[in-house]
Amino acid sequence: MLKYITPWRVLIALVFLTTAIIVFIRFYGGLGTVTNLSDQTPWGIWVGFDILAGVALAAGGFVMAATVYVFQIKRFKPLVRMAILTAMLGYILFIIGLVVEIGRPWNIFSIFYSPNIHSPLFEVALCVVTYTTVLVLEFSLVVFERLGWNRLVHFHHKVSVVLVVIGILLSTLHQSTLGTLFTLVPHKMHALWYSQIQPVHFFISCVAAGMGMVCFEAFLSYRFTKHPLPTGLMRTLIRVMSYVLVLFFIVRIGDLAVRGELWRVAEGKPAAMFWLENLLFVFIPVVMIYRKLPLTAKRLFIISFSVVLGLVMHRFNIAVSSFEFVKSTGYFPTWTEFMLSIALVMFGFVAAGLAVYFFPMHPKEPKSDRLAGRETYRIAWPVSE
Amino acid sequence: MAIKSKGLLIDITRCIGCDACSENCKAVNDLPPQVAPELDSDNWTVVYRREQEQYVRNLCRHCADPACVSACPVAALTKEESGAVLYDKDVCLGCRYCMTACAFRILTFEWFSYNPRIRKCVLCDARIKEGKSTGCAEACPTEATVFGDLDTLVKVAKARIADQPKKYHDYIYGLDEAGGTSVLYLTSVPFEKLGFDMTVPKYPLPQLTWQVLKQVPTIVGVGAAFLGGSYFLFKRRAAVAAAEEAAKSGKGDKGGGHA
Repeated sequence: MLKYITPWRVLIALVFLTTAIIVFIRFYGGLGTVTNLSDQTPWGIWVGFDILAGVALAAGGFVMAATVYVFQIKRFKPLVRMAILTAMLGYILFIIGLVVEIGRPWNIFSIFYSPNIHSPLFEVALCVVTYTTVLVLEFSLVVFERLGWNRLVHFHHKVSVVLVVIGILLSTLHQSTLGTLFTLVPHKMHALWYSQIQPVHFFISCVAAGMGMVCFEAFLSYRFTKHPLPTGLMRTLIRVMSYVLVLFFIVRIGDLAVRGELWRVAEGKPAAMFWLENLLFVFIPVVMIYRKLPLTAKRLFIISFSVVLGLVMHRFNIAVSSFEFVKSTGYFPTWTEFMLSIALVMFGFVAAGLAVYFFPMHPKEPKSDRLAGRETYRIAWPVSE
Repeated sequence: MAIKSKGLLIDITRCIGCDACSENCKAVNDLPPQVAPELDSDNWTVVYRREQEQYVRNLCRHCADPACVSACPVAALTKEESGAVLYDKDVCLGCRYCMTACAFRILTFEWFSYNPRIRKCVLCDARIKEGKSTGCAEACPTEATVFGDLDTLVKVAKARIADQPKKYHDYIYGLDEAGGTSVLYLTSVPFEKLGFDMTVPKYPLPQLTWQVLKQVPTIVGVGAAFLGGSYFLFKRRAAVAAAEEAAKSGKGDKGGGHA
């Protein structure tokens, strides 16, 4: 009995318990009881982190699905399941976070009977609901395999590409539309973060962040299963990601230049924030990839973690800091706000860990794959025919 | 019968800061009587005291093309015939995108309620339908706030500036802000000195999101064609490569298809 009690498990249990109490207080006394939100700062860390960053980091699901199923680059197949699993968990966490974040979650079905097609948030809501369903259906393959329902597995292989294509379209739409939300308030956001092509920025950055997250997840999967790290694939993925990161940076600087706001990158605190964000999201990863050092597992970990942190910071700056820079309200999240965000992340880790434990995430692979970690890593688990 | 779009003309030069508007607002809208210094869920209009005895009233501007209305995913906010922007709590999700969207930072939320609503001035829409004026305009002892048809008020405001160019600062705040609002302000002091946000864009804000959103059908169409086309193209290529490899080695590798 005692061997099940580890420091990590105790910590996780404490965090979940505290969060449960916080959520109870929030639903009993209102959002104001556990947050520092106000009429002047209606959106805080729960929007910036749980929602914007959470969705972007779940982009790995559609990026990997597109790579393997549409562009038929089958080498990456070992990474697809984990990517889809984390995307599914990510969206489920996002929905849990959303239910706590919005004031009247019991009216959530309004989006079906009182739609406003002029609202970008309506489009996001609709896409997220549909895409989460698609992800559950995509992931159902793994469940069918686990249960040995072979006819369903067979059927799934036949229709999976349709699911994948729908999933990619839905992702493209809502990932970019989350950026469209912020095109509505040109004068309320700092010019370093406001952009009329925000949807483009959001889409490019989510693709890179999704790749970084897939790489990061591989470490997580390794931690739980001791399954060898597909470092060869991860290296390739990280290299492709670096192109996307550079593209993101160029588009961003170009956009600032076109709008005549480029001088702001050297002005005060916002500029410092801008460069810190780019340091984590673009410079550290790109420089590490292009220095002629071998991309060891440790370096891959640093790179992917840096990208994840950078993305989180970018989204938080969009949702909170950029508004603060224009009209300061002194918003800083309460510890209770941080706690919910931490709990959601932990919940994701635990759920992913359990899924890796119970489901065939790395099926039909040679038991002792001494070649693992090299480009020759080839898997023969069910292909679509 | 159609009613013309109504509005309020607030002449800051006439305001004595008596708070009668705030008090009557509370009376006609059944809000708790204490007047607060800042807009909140129980205070839909407040009077700020600025330097040199200038009094500036703040309230929902009831924009002609409101950002909050376009932002709401569930159409809980609507622009009425009277010009009022109204809120329906029964469909509202409490997402507060309307608050983020509002160009004038007017909307408020019940932060300490388990069933919170968005709260703001309703331009006394129900009273307008009864043929009455708004609570604030009715209570104002100096006609600093006057109620009327919006087009008439614009003419009145322009006439006041034209008749007394020395008295009035030559600008009507609200005429162009956010593409035009139902609340117009006149002053003798430049607006920026009174704390007005002069950075508010002078065009309707919903067009910013709509010009992106209207691309959605195109993105879906082009995207679907691109993805479908790519799938068949790469699939074919992989099949050909596999067949060639099979022909070469004589014995096919079933797991093939890797690029």
